[in-house]
Amino acid sequence: MKLNRHLPVLAVALTALLPAVAGAQTLRWSSQGDIATMDPYAHTESFTSNVQHHVYDPLVRRNRELKIEPALATSWSIVAPDRWRFVLRRGVVFHDGSPFSADDVVASVERLLDPTARARGNLANVVKAEKVDDFTVDFVLKGPYPLLLNDLSGIFIMSKRWMEANNALKPGNITTGTTTYASTNANGTGPFKLESYRPDQATIMTANDKWWDKPEHNLTRIEFRPIKSDATRVAALLSGEIDMMAPAPLQDLARISAAPGFKVIEEPSLRLIFLGLNFRPELQGQPGVPNPLLKQPVRQALWHAIDLDTLHRRVMRGKSRSVATIVAPPVPGYSAELDKPVGFEPDKAKKMLADAGYPNGFKVKLDCSNDRYINDEQTCVAVAAMWTRIGVQVDLKTESRATYFPKVDRGETDIYMLGWATLPPMDGFSALSALITTRKDGFGGNNPNGYSNPAIDELTRKAAVELDEPKRLAQMVEAFKIARNDVAFLPLHQQPVAWAMKNAVDVPQFADEYVRLWFARMK
Amino acid sequence: MAGLLLSRLLQAALVMIAVTAVAFAMFRFVGDPVRAMAREDSTPQERAELAQALGLDQPVPVQYARFVGRVARGDFGISYRNQRPVTTLIAERLPATLELVFAATLLALGLGIPLGVMCAIRPDGAAARLVQSISLIGISTPTFVTGIALILFFAVTLRWLPSFGRGDIVDLGFWTTGYLTGSGLRSLVLPSITLALYQLTLIMRLVRSEMIDALSSDYIRFARARGLPKSRIHYVLALRNALMPVITVTGLQIGSLVAFAIVTETVFQWPGMGLLFIQAVSFVDIPVMAAYLMFVGALFVVLNTAVDLVYAIVDPRLRKAKG
Repeated sequence: MKLNRHLPVLAVALTALLPAVAGAQTLRWSSQGDIATMDPYAHTESFTSNVQHHVYDPLVRRNRELKIEPALATSWSIVAPDRWRFVLRRGVVFHDGSPFSADDVVASVERLLDPTARARGNLANVVKAEKVDDFTVDFVLKGPYPLLLNDLSGIFIMSKRWMEANNALKPGNITTGTTTYASTNANGTGPFKLESYRPDQATIMTANDKWWDKPEHNLTRIEFRPIKSDATRVAALLSGEIDMMAPAPLQDLARISAAPGFKVIEEPSLRLIFLGLNFRPELQGQPGVPNPLLKQPVRQALWHAIDLDTLHRRVMRGKSRSVATIVAPPVPGYSAELDKPVGFEPDKAKKMLADAGYPNGFKVKLDCSNDRYINDEQTCVAVAAMWTRIGVQVDLKTESRATYFPKVDRGETDIYMLGWATLPPMDGFSALSALITTRKDGFGGNNPNGYSNPAIDELTRKAAVELDEPKRLAQMVEAFKIARNDVAFLPLHQQPVAWAMKNAVDVPQFADEYVRLWFARMK
Repeated sequence: MAGLLLSRLLQAALVMIAVTAVAFAMFRFVGDPVRAMAREDSTPQERAELAQALGLDQPVPVQYARFVGRVARGDFGISYRNQRPVTTLIAERLPATLELVFAATLLALGLGIPLGVMCAIRPDGAAARLVQSISLIGISTPTFVTGIALILFFAVTLRWLPSFGRGDIVDLGFWTTGYLTGSGLRSLVLPSITLALYQLTLIMRLVRSEMIDALSSDYIRFARARGLPKSRIHYVLALRNALMPVITVTGLQIGSLVAFAIVTETVFQWPGMGLLFIQAVSFVDIPVMAAYLMFVGALFVVLNTAVDLVYAIVDPRLRKAKG
């Protein structure tokens, strides 16, 4: 009798399920590493953010053109230079069914700004979020700040009720030994719901049929299975165990695209690779020896001696783009005029060295990572060979990222390789403030070797608070121009991003290397 | 027996102290975890604060003393990367590694002993010569090459077996097992062969040489003269004596298998402790690295003790001496 009463309900439920089952599309994809955690505020890795973005929504997000568009916030206005007002979307529900409101935004920001939150630097200019009414929130800032939307596009909103119920109002903290429910569970408003998360095995998500946005994807299920070994990952794709991998190893691209049923898609990424220089009085590699790199013509000569075309063709297998600046084309602050390479002129370079007082060249150390950027070690080997031809003796040392970056950070290098993608803000200001501004007052975080130009420092401080966008862009371009004339860096190339997948998978590729499966379609 | 156990426990503590002390002395050459944890465009102040919060601004001996103090209270700390307790992370990975090592050991013993006996009984037979030369390949090929070759052949070309992962697993609460599902067992095949290959050839060669020794000894000749059945001579009288060093080697090799599993687990994306350790190294996740090294150190002590105990069971003379 009980069964009878439930039968009609069951039948309705089944018919509702049937079309979904008929068109069930599971996308199995892989990458080289797993996410660090499901907790959005307990990490600083862009790949982890990327995967979490399928479960969680930010207030504003990036569209197909990487432009910022409304997500959980529908509109915003600047009510005072240090106060932005956001109107929230109505009718949004979290995966557990609870409604989304201003309380969730306030609780999320509070959690992120907790002194123990690993990611609190991602919202460094915000003091607090204040609820105005159920669907209006004010962000109070430390001062005028043009990049708030860029920052918010990476801040995922969590549910206050869920955090309270699961004792997760505070982020995990390694120093006090706090761990949180949120590091292995998730309750967002995003296009997919987290079904299970098994570290290094699989993160399974199912489509959220109550998503506030109209889905452009046709997936019912996503299985993310990290595979660390390149060879195994390629094998898993070719054997049909996964449908897609991002990124795909450069050395295997030809083989994958030659296999029937598979394709490779490529695009230049935002990450530019360049060589940084020592601007201190003495060489680090040879204490006591005056630093030849302090002379602008010497730096210019080193630049002229790099054969970018050979790097592009031989080392990067034709997949990179040679550059002459330190921000990529889609990023605000980019200027095509500054991106014209100086030209490979070894004879001119030799002459410039001689004129600068180094007719027989000099000895210098070149430090590089060997596991951080695409073909980083080979690039440095090639550059060292090129410099040898103009008489510069290069003492090349390559090492793992774990020891390399701390060394760069301490300024213990003369010439060193660095890549910069301006992420997460995706704005030239990131490169401006971190790379070429004097290390002081929180600026110059990645300018460890003393490059300092007062004109740039002034422009940086202006651009930091400039709310007029054309003005701000002009300030940044001006600063990059000064840096280029100074030869503050030796730009090399723009890294490619390559993904490989079955022909049946259709997914747009993005320069920020994010995998956005809410745009994916499967045949 | 109790005395033996007590002295082994003391040894274990000493080994652990030594292992972690060496590990801590080396950690600073592995790199700086702060750089891995902080945002790419973090300010120098942010990084300094983080280093201070983690106690990394202290000299290494102080860091080590704090670590020992915490471990003595049973607190292994929290992973820098995952921000979850290290004990939870290891407990999650332990079943995968142990099931793989168990399967590999079974395979190595199950094939190695009979093949070794065969080679010893008919050292000049065609089969023995073939096995001998194949075993040379097994002992000299690096694990990752074997693994990739197996993947290419069985997963990509034939598509018989999965190339990575553990397949469907059953969660028993305290343990996750792949032994109970079809896909779990299928996933086990390639990694366990890869892991077992070296040990298999080692055991086979060991059994062979020990058996040849045993077969030429006086008591076997007397047994033959008495007209005992061949199978009894080979498998009971000779093999039992030949097995002593095999037990030692197998016992100690289980420890190396857990350690060697790092390579196999990386090739096959086997979600065990080796994979966890490799990731910890690339992230300079000091708590995870320290706990893993302690675990491996403890494992070797336990295995050594177990081997000594098993000796007593197999060899009655030792039992009498102790009793």
